[in-house]
Amino acid sequence: MSGIRVLAGTRKGAFILTSDGKRKNWKVEGPHFAGWEIYHMKGSPVDPDRIYASQTSAWFGQIIQRSDDGGKSWNTPGGGPATNPQGMSMGESNKFVYDGVPGTHQWYDGTQHPWEFKRVWHLENHVYAGVEDAALFQSKDGGGTWQELSGLRKHDTGPKWQPGAGGMCLHTILLDQKNPERISVAISAAGAFRSDDGGQTWKPINRGLHSQYIPDPLAEVGHCVHRIAMHPSRPNTLFMQKHWDVMRSDDAGDSWREVSGNLPSDFGFPIDVHAHEPETIYVVPIKSDSEHFPPDGKLRVYRSRSGGNEWEQLTKGLPQRDCYVNVLRDAMSVDSLDPCGIYFGTTGGQVYASADGGDSWKPIVRDLPAVLSVEVQTLK
Amino acid sequence: MIRVILPHHLRTLAHVGDEIHVDLNGSATVRAIIDAIEEKYPVLRGTIRDHETKKRRPLVRFFACGEDISHDPPDTPLPDPIAKGTEPFFIMGAIAGG
Repeated sequence: MSGIRVLAGTRKGAFILTSDGKRKNWKVEGPHFAGWEIYHMKGSPVDPDRIYASQTSAWFGQIIQRSDDGGKSWNTPGGGPATNPQGMSMGESNKFVYDGVPGTHQWYDGTQHPWEFKRVWHLENHVYAGVEDAALFQSKDGGGTWQELSGLRKHDTGPKWQPGAGGMCLHTILLDQKNPERISVAISAAGAFRSDDGGQTWKPINRGLHSQYIPDPLAEVGHCVHRIAMHPSRPNTLFMQKHWDVMRSDDAGDSWREVSGNLPSDFGFPIDVHAHEPETIYVVPIKSDSEHFPPDGKLRVYRSRSGGNEWEQLTKGLPQRDCYVNVLRDAMSVDSLDPCGIYFGTTGGQVYASADGGDSWKPIVRDLPAVLSVEVQTLK
Repeated sequence: MIRVILPHHLRTLAHVGDEIHVDLNGSATVRAIIDAIEEKYPVLRGTIRDHETKKRRPLVRFFACGEDISHDPPDTPLPDPIAKGTEPFFIMGAIAGG
């Protein structure tokens, strides 16, 4: 029988939530890496029991952890000689070093600031790591060692990139399953970029974005893209939740148009696509960039079945008064069961699940630390 | 033998108890102690000082015999009680954040 494993990264550790295919009764395990920030966890599509975790701390830096048994036990993958005489890994898996001279980017005050590695924000399969300060790394040995795909950071526009309030993070990595040479990424606050040669060279794909909070609202880079989502069957169609505005592209990002439609606010962080309906998308409107909580204290997911513009609110099972949590950009995910399950976590520590495509919701767990990321594995 | 007290999160990361011991070939300095820690516990590489520059991480502090020596040059000889193992060398996380 199929099952679901939800990987929840929080401010104070990792939690693994499991259920059978009915998605009614859940088992909560954790915290793993108690006290550390877990920005993201990602399961391998080839071996679902292989899970990568980005464990990070402002004090002690970046640790990559890997489990090969579905999260029961964890290790740092190592690299080079696998272990020292005491049997411990050699620590190379935690080493993220920019290729060549790191250079500078724009700082909050407009001056140039050296590129400084802080943490891994997002992990993607094969394995890619999007990091702060923004860059893309890959590992070809299961997370043992990491090499930068430096063509992105060295793009001519790099010195113009600047951090958003959360840091200058590369938070979205989209892989085109039909074209392995194509990778799209998003950086806050630089914008979206695409490579068509496996990550060697990149171009900004921000035409059509309009950001009133930057000096040139139509600039080539500088847009605070919060998240991009794609259905695997339609790699040319991208959906974007920008700082403000929900956007859509049907030419792999070459041009964008706004599809915010009747949303109560088009500010927000996550966006995701239904597993079986490529035109059904989900967002969680947030009041504004100054007030990071739902409009009117009502936590509402909005669903569009038409790829944007026409949105319906989904409220059944979600708090409709006195709710002032946020839902962060990496904290929404979908399973591939039928009907499709939708999941999201909040800064108030709730992880909500819908087993009916968003029609109704229940909290899997209510009192975790602030949720940074939610990933879902559908287990056969 | 040098006695070292690690902060809680590095103990759990390295799967060690309250105090670890390292042996040095030369004189007792901060650099020599951290070199020895990283050799014995490679998972701690990058957690106390930068992988490449070897600069102390900003929110990590070093204490010897009750003194904060975080800003001393890393090759400064440490006091005898640290070198002889009668006093532990402390690596601490700064009190910051929540």
